[in-house]
Amino acid sequence: MASSEPTKRRGLVAIDGAMALIVILLVVQIWLLSATLEAYLAGHHGAVVPAAVFSGLLFAACASLNTFVDRVDRDSRRN
Amino acid sequence: MSLLRNPSKDPLWKDEFSVFTSDERYVTRRQFTKFLTLASLGMFVGNLWIALRSYLAKKPEYPAAEVASIGEIPVRGVKLFSYPTPLDNCIMVRTDEDEYVAYSQKCTHLSCAVYYSAKNDRLECPCHQGFFSIKDGSVLQGPPPRPLPQILLEREGGKLIATGVKVRANG
Repeated sequence: MASSEPTKRRGLVAIDGAMALIVILLVVQIWLLSATLEAYLAGHHGAVVPAAVFSGLLFAACASLNTFVDRVDRDSRRN
Repeated sequence: MSLLRNPSKDPLWKDEFSVFTSDERYVTRRQFTKFLTLASLGMFVGNLWIALRSYLAKKPEYPAAEVASIGEIPVRGVKLFSYPTPLDNCIMVRTDEDEYVAYSQKCTHLSCAVYYSAKNDRLECPCHQGFFSIKDGSVLQGPPPRPLPQILLEREGGKLIATGVKVRANG
């Protein structure tokens, strides 16, 4: 059964929004990694564990968004 | 605008593993999102690796070593020595009648050898004009990102003994 246009469009907007969010989270993660490396090499060892935890949270957010995109994409195709 | 690049009644896997080259090269939003998520995992693993290295890093041990005798160098004079290994060049300056300071001679910018400028009373790196305070090795000017590591000195009788290295982060 072919999916209806409004459903497709809504799905597409949701996917684009989630992708944009993932890109933003990834940019933050890249900055976090470079800042952590700089701090570690400078002898600031206290910052590395919180940075790893925060990076893990960002990855969890990205993974959740990826699951969301996957689900919306499948739903849009099947409806 | 169609959500599907190739609307068909075929199962999803046939869409995603197409026999057509043009379709094979097509990157769907879902594939791109997966790639971004994998990149995010890579960043997380990088952060974990740094945390692990920091956790497992052994504290360096510094042996006590005689580096000079009291009065061996004149006031505002300089002596070069190696500490803690022969590859770690250091510079010692007698700043006052009774005061000695020593630092690693490696500039924290690009590892050029710093020298003592008696005229300006500071340590200077000739490569990129990085200047360090003679009092504590902090950066006064230029591109060095961190202060010079300070060699800890103790007096024992008429000798100056190096007992450790104090590495400081900026700020």
